[in-house]
Amino acid sequence: MDNQNNKPSAAKFLTWFNPVGRDTGGWAFILNRITALGLTFYLFLHLVILGQLAKGPQGYDSFIKLMSSPIWIAGELLVVAAAFLHGLNGIRIILTTFGVSVTRQKQLFYGLMVIALIAILIFGFHMFSA
Amino acid sequence: MSEKWNITLKVHRQKQGEAPHFDEFKMEVDPDEYVLDAVERVWAFKDRTVCFRHACHHSTCGACGMRVNDVEKLTCITYIRDVAQNGGTIKVEPLRNFPVISDLVVDMGSLYSRLEAVAARSVLPVPEAEIENPPSHWSADDAQYIRLADCIECGLCISACPSQATNSDYLGPAVLAGAQANGLKRNPELLGLVNSENGVWRCHSVFECTAVCPSNVDPARRIMDLRTQIIKERLGGLFRKA
Repeated sequence: MDNQNNKPSAAKFLTWFNPVGRDTGGWAFILNRITALGLTFYLFLHLVILGQLAKGPQGYDSFIKLMSSPIWIAGELLVVAAAFLHGLNGIRIILTTFGVSVTRQKQLFYGLMVIALIAILIFGFHMFSA
Repeated sequence: MSEKWNITLKVHRQKQGEAPHFDEFKMEVDPDEYVLDAVERVWAFKDRTVCFRHACHHSTCGACGMRVNDVEKLTCITYIRDVAQNGGTIKVEPLRNFPVISDLVVDMGSLYSRLEAVAARSVLPVPEAEIENPPSHWSADDAQYIRLADCIECGLCISACPSQATNSDYLGPAVLAGAQANGLKRNPELLGLVNSENGVWRCHSVFECTAVCPSNVDPARRIMDLRTQIIKERLGGLFRKA
């Protein structure tokens, strides 16, 4: 039915991340892809770091010392931010799939992103002040 | 006396077998003209080899869909004023996700054949149409009156869809909207086609199709409605006697 080449390619993949000319739904789509990749990367990083604990008490102590540095806290905040942005964006997709707020999906997106921003700020405040 | 702007029209050029490039044409335009008028003037007075599609010039035929400054537009109803400024540039490119035949012309055969596969209707009885402020009830006689379906088969939604960009087997927004307008209850044979890997579940809820649709078809809403219909059908099937 179609004569187009349907093989995956890097160029096609990159079109998913091109924000030029996109509307609100497109921005939400790009945000969901970036946060999904970030969370997947974090999952592997998490497993590697947990592997350090198997090296005994000395490994655990050096791990805790490393985690208390501001750069690592900022990294953890990025994970929290990605989780909120991705999770709440996913709720938007579930709701619209079931016919809820389909014609107001832009307002739904903006509302959920405001909630995400507030949650990120609260988490950031607590993480850096602890 | 009408206002005059100087613009540069940057036209995508690609003949078969050649690498794509852009040609620039400097021209004086009235900002209240349409982008299609500027493209047509390039063809008429500057370069007769520029290929583009056009017919009705009033958003009925769907032939003149292009990407204008990276956004899918029906160029016959897109004012130059809305996409450029005096001294600025308007970039016109062919629609994405279709093979380019020449310059701004794409092969839309896949869209048309898929619309046929879901038996998308070009006209439909008025009581079945989505119209503003419909009467509280339709009389039996009203069904004899027909109106054109909203979808003008321009392909803008296919071009804007990122799912279509990475999977050309995806039926696409216009086709799924056609299936929804036909109704799964009236056409239960469509269920297998739309409830499939390349049917409604391939959609990533990006809503770009609805954003660019020049005819208020709202394909994304129709895809979501199809999903709801499919879920209801499947759940209902669990409780029906064999």
